[in-house]
Amino acid sequence: MDELSVSIAHIVQRLRGSSLHSQIERHAKECLHQPDIKLDSLKEDVRTFLKTTGWERKLQNAVYRELHVLQPPHHLSAPPEHLKEPLAYMRTAQACWERRVFKSLNSMSSELEVPLARMRPAAEQKDLTDKWNEMGTDESDLSRFRPVYAPKDFLEVLIGLRNPNHNSSDGVSAKSHWGLIQVPLNVRDIKQLRQTYAELSLTCGQLGIDDNAHIHPDLFENEYVQMGNKVVLEQNSAASQQYIRQGCPTELRAELWALTLNATNQPQDVMYYEQLKAGVIQHDLLVDNLVYKDVKLTASNDDYYFVFEDFLYQVLLCFSRDTTVLEHFKYNSATPPKSYIEGKVGDEQCAVFYPPNGVIPFHGFSMYVAPLCYLYNEPSKLYSVFREMYVRYFFRLHSISSSPSGIVSLCLQFEWLLQTHLPQLFYHLRQIGAQPLRIAFKWMVRAFSGYLSTDQLLLLWDRILGYDSLEVVAVLAAAVFAFRAENLMEVTSLASAEAVLADLSTLKVMPLIQIFLFATAV
Amino acid sequence: MAGKVKWVTDIEKSVLINNFEKREWIQVTENEDWNFYWMSIQTIRNVFSVDTGYRLSDEQMVNHFPNHYELTRKDLMIKNIKRYRKELEKENSPLAEKDENGKYVYLDFVPVTFMLPADYNLFVEEFRKNPSSTWIMKPCGKAQGKGIFLINKLSQIKKWSRDSRTSTFVAASSGKEAYVISLYIDNPLLIGGKKFDLRLYVLVTTYRPLKCYMYKLGFCRFCTVKYTPSTSELDNMFVHLTNVAIQKHGDDYNHVHGGKWTVSNLRLYLESTRGKDVTNRLFDQIHWIVVQSLKAVAPVMNNDKHCFECYGYDIIIDDKLKPWLIEVNASPSLTSSTANDRILKYNLINDTLNIVTPNGELPDCRWNRSPPRELLGNYQVLYDEEQALSESAERDLRSRAGQPLGSKSSKASAAPRPSAATWK
Repeated sequence: MDELSVSIAHIVQRLRGSSLHSQIERHAKECLHQPDIKLDSLKEDVRTFLKTTGWERKLQNAVYRELHVLQPPHHLSAPPEHLKEPLAYMRTAQACWERRVFKSLNSMSSELEVPLARMRPAAEQKDLTDKWNEMGTDESDLSRFRPVYAPKDFLEVLIGLRNPNHNSSDGVSAKSHWGLIQVPLNVRDIKQLRQTYAELSLTCGQLGIDDNAHIHPDLFENEYVQMGNKVVLEQNSAASQQYIRQGCPTELRAELWALTLNATNQPQDVMYYEQLKAGVIQHDLLVDNLVYKDVKLTASNDDYYFVFEDFLYQVLLCFSRDTTVLEHFKYNSATPPKSYIEGKVGDEQCAVFYPPNGVIPFHGFSMYVAPLCYLYNEPSKLYSVFREMYVRYFFRLHSISSSPSGIVSLCLQFEWLLQTHLPQLFYHLRQIGAQPLRIAFKWMVRAFSGYLSTDQLLLLWDRILGYDSLEVVAVLAAAVFAFRAENLMEVTSLASAEAVLADLSTLKVMPLIQIFLFATAV
Repeated sequence: MAGKVKWVTDIEKSVLINNFEKREWIQVTENEDWNFYWMSIQTIRNVFSVDTGYRLSDEQMVNHFPNHYELTRKDLMIKNIKRYRKELEKENSPLAEKDENGKYVYLDFVPVTFMLPADYNLFVEEFRKNPSSTWIMKPCGKAQGKGIFLINKLSQIKKWSRDSRTSTFVAASSGKEAYVISLYIDNPLLIGGKKFDLRLYVLVTTYRPLKCYMYKLGFCRFCTVKYTPSTSELDNMFVHLTNVAIQKHGDDYNHVHGGKWTVSNLRLYLESTRGKDVTNRLFDQIHWIVVQSLKAVAPVMNNDKHCFECYGYDIIIDDKLKPWLIEVNASPSLTSSTANDRILKYNLINDTLNIVTPNGELPDCRWNRSPPRELLGNYQVLYDEEQALSESAERDLRSRAGQPLGSKSSKASAAPRPSAATWK
């Protein structure tokens, strides 16, 4: 079999038995009663019917979605773990990190004598049902709970990564890498980035730049918004994804993101969300406390997001129960932790994934959801968009892999851009003990959520979706350093460098990215 | 500079004092010769009172109009708005148009309100029309949510009037402790499931002609407790009142953001979830009701040339995105609950001073009150009666000279709303 037929077979297998499949089948059967469906041209007539009623477009969008999560064709004889992560040392490092995280979760459970999971008594179930819309007012004591890990713990692990087949010398020379990440991965130079991000160039109209109040809307914005309305009308994921590379008009963003992600909100999606909610009400999980704690520590104190505290619980608690999230571990270097029913440790028959979605939240996790609350005021819709964003992008920001969108590559990309284009700055910061990545890492792990103002963050995430890559996050991190380079050259300590970069809420991201990519001398 | 401005204040707030000091103005006491007095509403009463009042010189300026209470006392504001509507109706103004239910199409922007005890019978009549409604009782002369309570049964108000006759109602008979009772907006727009109101700042430099400015950096104040319209919660004031002064006593009060959300966040959220057109319409309507409320009081306001005023407008938006004017404060709080709040209020005072005392120079009450655009800071012109008049005169001239037939249609399209140019 060639690569194409492998992909086709895979997608067919994925869509067979999906609810889309049964819906299309049902409509096809129903249309047989219509007078314009003739027996002698049956196949053609049914096809035309599916096309005119929009089912063909829905099928196209579903296929497009599968193409996105499907990995590039790989060698047929390659073992499945290569789909997760081709490099053995990365796999080992990830496994080791997972063990550490899960161990600390287990010890939290035993130290605090809180079980990993328990059935809620009926009274508590009722109580939670009543309070579903105001979980934020619950004053349970969370002081005993600590986040399992914070981004800086994860950074230490990444710094320690080494490729056993590669000898990296420690001396500082023009050829050596001055940064903290010492593994050889391919990252792109500015010329290559310019090719990829062609739509961000100085000659292209751009939301986040050309919609500025001083620029007449007839020059770009009005026509661009009109085009956006057409894209929405067409309901085509591929067109939508291409369109949002130049940014989403605010009033179309919710629709365009959902379309690009093929995150639907049909009755069956709403029902599925209700099932997850029922799961939250029935069982109490230890990780719920980590969610509460994280929201209280981050979003609840945030000028932009505190309003949405309750929505965050409604999304994140359901997320932890969602076993469909497990599918993404086929292409995620991480592996969901397993827990064993009491007394049966090691017995695979009695193993369950924990938490049920296989994702242990860490400090800042809720910030992946928070910006989406500006777009969707219906929890089920908010949920389906978040889940899709997570299984496409966000998981890569906290698992160790060699993927170009993975956090290791982003760190390396950031460091290389800085070393290549701002060598003086990099050298200076390195000399005073302020490695740039120590500052930029937290931005990148959260894809800048909680650091930028929301309107700017959404413009950045437009490009993540549009280019189907997190690379732009590393570019922005480097661009921020470039923008503040003058001040940074004057600092003499890590603390003062951090102070210079403490407040990013006034930055305009698109001009920064555009100038860095297209106006930097190469 | 001809001389340094001598300032006094009886409101010891750093956002004020820092602004005066930044201008290198000189602090004096109220008994000395002063040019600029930022005073409380208690003091303004004395400054302009018949017995103790002084004659202000051309080089003196104060931050209140003598009878600002025509706008800022809840009962008087309602009275003035009601009178304004009647007058427009009498003039057959298109602004006073009513819909099939007898409601004003353009002037229905305050919740149905009655004075108590004066309008008690009218209130009872209205209450009986809709016995399931909830009403909110507010003392006329108090601010920051003091003395406010909700009722949904006539018996409650009877009990209140019995009880208060022995205590505060004594004062009420003298008119000072009167109450207003307003229909409670029970379908507020909720964001994240929470109720909020809008606090907007509006600067008036003259009432005749009317010149007013809207501050761009208003904010939403959120309730820290979830909003449930059930009546069992009626006693929990935190749910219903969004005043920070009240909310600060709630357990959930957050000192980082103080329950405040910027208007730009609100705009982003509404544009994203409801669309740009409806969002623009909402903000246009808010601007509209501010201007109308000011026009309603302009004829009765003592337009003293030494005065300007920075009002705090409280507005609630309902779930149909209709804004309702709740009340206007003459002395919006200058206390800063968070770091961002301090920056906002510092800038508010700064921009206000830049307009009323251009270049920080000695005030001159005969100033032309037409600051150049670059001095406005975060203010934008909301309405400039002078300019609007000259513009409409120009329009009239043009249409008269141009096409006599077209003049009718151009008038029709200009009414009922003034051209948006005045606040955009």
